[in-house]
Amino acid sequence: MRREGSAFQGVGVVTLKELSDHLTSVRMRVLEWLVVLVALAALYGAIQQIKDTTAEDPFLFLRLFTTSRDPLPSFVSFISFLVPLMAIGLGFDAVNGEYTRRTLSRILSQPIYRDALLFGKFLAGVATLAISLITLWLLVMGLGLLLIGIPPGAEEIGRCILFLIVTIIYAGVWLAVAMLFSIVFRSAATAALVTLGIWLVITFIWPVLAGAVAQVIVPIDPRYAALGLQTPGTVEAEHILARLSPSTLFAETVVAILDPTTRSLGPIYLSQMQGAVLGAPLPIGESILIAWPQTVGMIASAIVLFVIGYVIFQRQEVRA
Amino acid sequence: MSEMVIEASGLTKKYGAATAVDHISFGVGRGEIFGLLGPNGAGKTTTILMMLGLTDISEGGIRVLGFDPAREPLSVKRRVGYLPDTVGFYDQLTAADNLRYTARLIGFKKAEREQKIAAALERVGLAEFAEKRVSTYSRGMRQRLGLAEILMKGAQIAILDEPTSGLDPHATSELLAIIRAFKAEGVSVLLSSHLLERVQSVCDRVALFSGGRIALMGSVAELGREILGGGFVVDIEAEGAGLAERLALIPGVSGVERTGISKLRLHADRDVRPEAAVEVVASQGRLRFLGVQEPSLDAIYNRYFETRASEELAMKDRTRHAA
Repeated sequence: MRREGSAFQGVGVVTLKELSDHLTSVRMRVLEWLVVLVALAALYGAIQQIKDTTAEDPFLFLRLFTTSRDPLPSFVSFISFLVPLMAIGLGFDAVNGEYTRRTLSRILSQPIYRDALLFGKFLAGVATLAISLITLWLLVMGLGLLLIGIPPGAEEIGRCILFLIVTIIYAGVWLAVAMLFSIVFRSAATAALVTLGIWLVITFIWPVLAGAVAQVIVPIDPRYAALGLQTPGTVEAEHILARLSPSTLFAETVVAILDPTTRSLGPIYLSQMQGAVLGAPLPIGESILIAWPQTVGMIASAIVLFVIGYVIFQRQEVRA
Repeated sequence: MSEMVIEASGLTKKYGAATAVDHISFGVGRGEIFGLLGPNGAGKTTTILMMLGLTDISEGGIRVLGFDPAREPLSVKRRVGYLPDTVGFYDQLTAADNLRYTARLIGFKKAEREQKIAAALERVGLAEFAEKRVSTYSRGMRQRLGLAEILMKGAQIAILDEPTSGLDPHATSELLAIIRAFKAEGVSVLLSSHLLERVQSVCDRVALFSGGRIALMGSVAELGREILGGGFVVDIEAEGAGLAERLALIPGVSGVERTGISKLRLHADRDVRPEAAVEVVASQGRLRFLGVQEPSLDAIYNRYFETRASEELAMKDRTRHAA
């Protein structure tokens, strides 16, 4: 039997309310300042480096995002660990907060489905992250224009916009993770700790671990080792394992998009390189094709995580 | 009570092997105040959640205003107001903003929204605190804000889960007054509580829950007659020679008991206050007090479970002997 009415009734109301809560919250203020300061620092380092070294780069503007100068990491690497923090900061008490405030049963006794509450919260979170990321992006673009003094070309702008979109998707993945744990754990503190723990493992430990696990699955072939080469099977296994982490997916996507000379994100054989002009940039369409699987992977993982949370939430008891 | 707004039949909720609500059936009429009473964990809140479609029904069925909450939850929730046990609001928002959010979820248009919110806050006496943040509210004010939400919704049924728990006597009586006003407007009220005495005064009928079942159901007076042996207890404080003997002769009086200095207690099968007064005056006694004891829910409840326990004990005895 079908249930009556639309699952989306009330989504807009919930989204707007959550969005206004986010934007007026102290938490958001702190995150915004953190991101702005960090971005400024990274940008400063990048511009110093660009002024010192690169003079004749056709994609000078993109270097703004990827160049780093010791001891500061590049803007992209800053973003790749600040975005998860922002998303977790917004999402870790999304559902269990309603339990602790004892508002859940009151809200759910209004003529809406639980779906609307969850969708609304997720959309509001994504919208909040998108607003801050777009602001940040405009800030970086503007400062870059002023400080470098060279306007970006159409393709560079296109790549920058793609970078922005991919970053928002990446934020969505971590928001889904945070919301999942906010559904599973009744205590907001537990949810926050577990989510942060998972973020640490996935971002910093998993890439190292993936190599070790890959060698167990496909042992290194001594014949390749004798030649000083990597075993193709092992490398492939390592890539597959590493790509389970959204951080890896994001890093690879960004490399493909912001560095036009990227031709492949996986292992490549010499035979495949025949006739290639090394170091020559690819057109934007080709770069998108290279980054496509990773991007789809991120979107898919966000959806899967959201669905798991959704199913658990539907089966959960409302009473506190 | 001609028209039933809530009808449950064989309603059951199981959590794995445990049965929280065990085949209960009851009906609530339009404009009636119905009390679900019983200790914590007796299945009252679970019953309420099934009524709102917020938890699955394992067996049996319930119809709320003719709708099935499991299949048509939106129709039910549009017409029913719910005040959860220790209701919560968004503390950082004002009372009016909290109600605005609910009003938007219900789908009221902007113009009627503002007018309804103002009217509802006025009714529960929170109009002057409308623009204050809920974090500054006391427990009693929050409960009243919860009632304001139900008023604003224009609900036909108000379901109140433990509305008076944790409130001081003054706040409780204020709350009960608002609940009585619901009845005056033809709104049916379903009230759950573990405080029997408090709700006794407002409920038309009650259902006493115990271990997921309805142990007793009916008006307090009916239950009193049924469980406490159908007698009336009249207390008299009067002085007069041979008063006890004279009172014992009143038709219908089955016993006279001395409860203190010049205090007597009559056990009778009807209300014998008029006759007792006549006797006191006739014996030229000085009448200081004359009153009939209302059956108390506490007494009914305790008596019922005492008898049940002793019956069970007897049962066990018998089976042991049989074995």
